[in-house]
Amino acid sequence: MCGIAALQLRNPSLHPQMGSLLSSMLCQIVDRGPDSAGLAVYNTPGLVSPGTSTLSLLGADQGIPTAALTAGVAALLASDAEAAVKVVGDTTLVSAAVGTDLLVKAVTETVPGATIIGRGEHVAVMKSVGHPMEVAADHGLEAMAGSQGLSHTRMATESAVTAGGSHPFSVADDLCLVHNGSFSNHATVRRGLLREGVVFDSENDTEVGARYVASRLKQGDTLEEALVNLGKVLDGFYTLVVTTADSMAVVRDPIACKPAIIAETDDYVAMASEYRALAALPGIDNARIFEPEPGKVYTWSL
Amino acid sequence: MVTLTAPETAAPEAAAPAESDGGAAPTVVDLADAPARSLNQALHDAVDGQSWTITSPGGKHSLAVGISARVAVTIEGHAGYYAAGMHQKGDVTINGNAGVGLAENIMSGRVHVTGDASQSAAATGHGGLVVIDGNAGARCGISMKGVDIVVGGNIGHMSAFMAQAGRLVVCGDAGGALGDSIYEARIYVKGTVASLGADCIEKPLREEHLAELAELLEAAGRTDNPADFKRYGSARNLYHFHVDNSSAY
Repeated sequence: MCGIAALQLRNPSLHPQMGSLLSSMLCQIVDRGPDSAGLAVYNTPGLVSPGTSTLSLLGADQGIPTAALTAGVAALLASDAEAAVKVVGDTTLVSAAVGTDLLVKAVTETVPGATIIGRGEHVAVMKSVGHPMEVAADHGLEAMAGSQGLSHTRMATESAVTAGGSHPFSVADDLCLVHNGSFSNHATVRRGLLREGVVFDSENDTEVGARYVASRLKQGDTLEEALVNLGKVLDGFYTLVVTTADSMAVVRDPIACKPAIIAETDDYVAMASEYRALAALPGIDNARIFEPEPGKVYTWSL
Repeated sequence: MVTLTAPETAAPEAAAPAESDGGAAPTVVDLADAPARSLNQALHDAVDGQSWTITSPGGKHSLAVGISARVAVTIEGHAGYYAAGMHQKGDVTINGNAGVGLAENIMSGRVHVTGDASQSAAATGHGGLVVIDGNAGARCGISMKGVDIVVGGNIGHMSAFMAQAGRLVVCGDAGGALGDSIYEARIYVKGTVASLGADCIEKPLREEHLAELAELLEAAGRTDNPADFKRYGSARNLYHFHVDNSSAY
């Protein structure tokens, strides 16, 4: 059992409330996964900015002082790249006006042991072990603005309770994936991806799903096609939510044991494991509420 | 504690003695602050003839579970998992949707959902009537043992799996593997069936079936024509083990 709550805000006037709305949803899915949690927020001022790449690194302490990290990264980049480092809760955000690949290179050279948990122009990813509401509070979710938000509370089954094993898994620019369930053939799929040259950060089954989606997208699939292909290759139980810079997708496996419920209004699309996480959203009484059908990919774009 | 507010009369305590039968204003319980457990305790202590209205359910789980008196309970809004589970004798109406496991193991009485119900509605039900005006998810009536279920919309896959007794009426379409490994329950579907499960077959709709279907539709407050339905049930090839069928298990 894990909990998922995701929110895509269609009405920009709701953007300032993104964090408080997501926080109220997260609060209702804590029971489903109290051991660790993760958040992904899109276009949040103060965390990411347009024209700048941002990497989210696991942990507040990268083993060297923040100033040294900033200087180290800056020294490896052009002088106008304006490298900056910010520590938010248990997460270190490194940003610079360069492509993400170059920034990854600069960060891993400066801190060889760094675990990159998020990357892109639009997304910041934060995760940690502990009570999900404490994880959210430590990172200041309540006050965050943004266009999309994704949260996950984990009840670990396939791999250890670690921050690195928490969801979301963000393995390509602005791409995040969270999972309720378990993939049974992840080792086989992992071996196939390893042969393609894909590098993994953890032993987690969900990371395999995220790497698979990223691999399909790289090969030219649309998000919907990538998830249809995932259904053909990965076996197991799953409700997945995948977000990109401007879209959100939900898919359940054909057996559909893992729950999902969606509320859609002109102002937002919200998805959660249980209705009670949606109950406090504005205008919920007039929302279109439905359970996604088994094996069907749903996508919404901003 | 439950917030009990009854119009006109003083609010009774959760374990209050019986009120007069019928005609009394319903006891209103607002769940905005009250836990489901206190509500359920109050309903367990209720006696025949009382009526209750539950407001602000907010999708909370296990609402109105374990009722065993002839009480009428109306939930104004969406309920979470296992609403009206282990239900006996009473009448529960949910003016909204219900989550996983609605009326699970219902023994008697009636449970009515005006919206949709999630998966495993009326699972293992022994008796009583469950009415879902909207759609029901997967595994509706799984292992039903005597309950009657009327669904106004569609039902999901693996419904009536290992159904032993009772009737399942579907006014919309049925998902895949309907009635897999069914025993003696009877299934009536008005729309299409995506696929029938192992040992489930279409059967002739005789007079006695039209009559019971008419009764069930009427009990559910529906006006569908019984003649528009098809009946499905067990081919009775699987429920006694025969070695020639071993590949079908």
